[in-house]
Amino acid sequence: MAKPGLDGHDRGAKIIARALRDGGFEVIYTGLHQTPEMIAEAAIQEDVDAIGLSILSGAHMTLFPEVMRLLKEKGVDDVALFGGGIIPDEDAARLKSMGVKEIFTPGASTEDIVKWVRENVQPRQ
Amino acid sequence: MTKQEWLEQIYQRGKERPVRFTTLSDMPVQPLYTPEDVNGYDAIGYPGQFPYTRGVYESMYRGRLWTMRQFAGFGLAEETNARFRFLLSQGQDGLSTAFDMPTLMGYDADHERAMGEVGREGVSVSSIHDMARLFDQIPIAKVSTSMTVNCSASVLLAAYLVVAERQGVPWEQVNGTIQNDMLKEYIAQKEWICPPGPALRVVTDMVEFCAKKARRFHPISISGYHIREAGSTAVQELAFTIADGLCYVQAAVERGLDVDDFAPQLSFFWDLHSDFLEEIAKLRAGRRMWARLMRDRFGAKNPKSLMLRTHAQTAGVSLTAQQPMNNVVRVALQALAGVLGGVQSLHTNSMDETLALPTENAVMVALRTQQIIAEETGVTNTIDPLGGSYAIEALTDQMEAEAMEYIRKIDEMGGMLKAIDRGYPQREIAEAAFNYQRQLEQGIKTVVGVNKYSIPEEIPIETLKINRELEERQVQRVRKMKRERNSVAVREALKRVAEACRSGENLMEPICEAVRREATVGEISDIYRAEFGVYTDPGWI
Repeated sequence: MAKPGLDGHDRGAKIIARALRDGGFEVIYTGLHQTPEMIAEAAIQEDVDAIGLSILSGAHMTLFPEVMRLLKEKGVDDVALFGGGIIPDEDAARLKSMGVKEIFTPGASTEDIVKWVRENVQPRQ
Repeated sequence: MTKQEWLEQIYQRGKERPVRFTTLSDMPVQPLYTPEDVNGYDAIGYPGQFPYTRGVYESMYRGRLWTMRQFAGFGLAEETNARFRFLLSQGQDGLSTAFDMPTLMGYDADHERAMGEVGREGVSVSSIHDMARLFDQIPIAKVSTSMTVNCSASVLLAAYLVVAERQGVPWEQVNGTIQNDMLKEYIAQKEWICPPGPALRVVTDMVEFCAKKARRFHPISISGYHIREAGSTAVQELAFTIADGLCYVQAAVERGLDVDDFAPQLSFFWDLHSDFLEEIAKLRAGRRMWARLMRDRFGAKNPKSLMLRTHAQTAGVSLTAQQPMNNVVRVALQALAGVLGGVQSLHTNSMDETLALPTENAVMVALRTQQIIAEETGVTNTIDPLGGSYAIEALTDQMEAEAMEYIRKIDEMGGMLKAIDRGYPQREIAEAAFNYQRQLEQGIKTVVGVNKYSIPEEIPIETLKINRELEERQVQRVRKMKRERNSVAVREALKRVAEACRSGENLMEPICEAVRREATVGEISDIYRAEFGVYTDPGWI
């Protein structure tokens, strides 16, 4: 679970991290104010199966593609990238067409998110 | 008949709906309150009288309505200046500035960390030139301005004062508020540069400076808002905020200031959430707690030192992206709670704020909501009209007692700085937020249009779009300014700020001089980073 950008809206990220942990997953939370570089680096270091980005600052169209680009640059192409925050529908559609696996918006339940991760994230080879 | 007899003999005959009768914060609520639940009416007192339960001013809204102050800021300074002037033309009487994330975190628009965030969540201010554009043709002597900024607040306050100078307004006449509540940043909002210790020193410098040079300016707005928005209960909001306030007062007293010389300039900022009675009780309890603590702990004698004067904002977190028109109703009820709770200044959220920054139309409805409460409902005719209600008084007493218990625990830890180091308030809030989310998902708590009464097809509403090209324009403008200014003068001024960081001299005069010489928000923040170190998020879940 990663929190890119400069804003401090971490209520959602922490709730999701906790719900996933309670759901039996091993969760690493990066803390706030991460750069895309820091997130890609942490994902590789920790050998994660998925990255969840929580963005409420409006900078999602900059930050998602940048994390994806850096992962690719570092030779990682099988980490599932998903995210959530205040993301308008049209932006969510564009992000998905770029390869983001799922976008959750306000009102999504922790149960739905845990279920989605369970069904869509495969352990990496 | 006693209350107990009534409960056993009469109430038991009726039926109760199968729901949980608790406040939004999950505080149990009784079916009925009676005189037996109130600890005597003497404690309530009169408006304008210690302990100010019924209001800080003797005539309250019969004397003067609250300040209608809508928070605004987006894009470049010119856009926000236009929104400010629109709001003033619509009958708003105070300004409130929202800065963008780079400004709030102490980065210039041309810094790599600012990429994608310039002008998005607020207005971009990197230098004195942006501040001057923001207040172009707005008479600083006449309008009180609130600035929501914390870790870079010292620089923004300096810039505002330098703009006042240029308008020919002496600092003594500058009226306004700067949020500058760093403790709640570590607890809840999470905008910081350096660790809590040096941050508290900078805040104390500003308190001292304003007590001496800008006596009509409020150097801190001690904020519960962000604590609540991060998921705390109402009692936690009350307790942690008051505990933060005590920590600032302690620091200023330790600096050698007389409590009555600076405490009248402290102000507060509460959240107004959806549980109507709980919110009204919270506002009343807060006033009483502050008055007693300031008198008993610090020996404050000036009545103004004892009065908790507050701004309030309706709860952003209560707004829903689903059926956004419903938010107008939520905001109206929350604002009414604020008025019945006796606030001095109010921001009403716009219906579209979970989707984007608000459109001009949405902001106008929000402002009109306040005007309807003020001029149509009649609630302003009587002071503290709910005072003496058994339920309100009992809840006020209960919340005060529970909040004081938290304050006792924080005192035992050695005060708020120590409690923050241990992650105590942070963990309490995360726990409360998680509990609420679980209750929501289990249907124990209801959010209309989200977990109940939802509709399959949402009707989209118009939202504000921020032009992405603005970022490039601002970046170029800041770079050009940096090329053209007198770089020797800037370097010297920054050196002076660094020296003041080390020597303990009050930072505000050196920062004002640096700002005059066109040093930027980012450059002065870099001095803090170099001299005080950088704080990183412990990431407690």
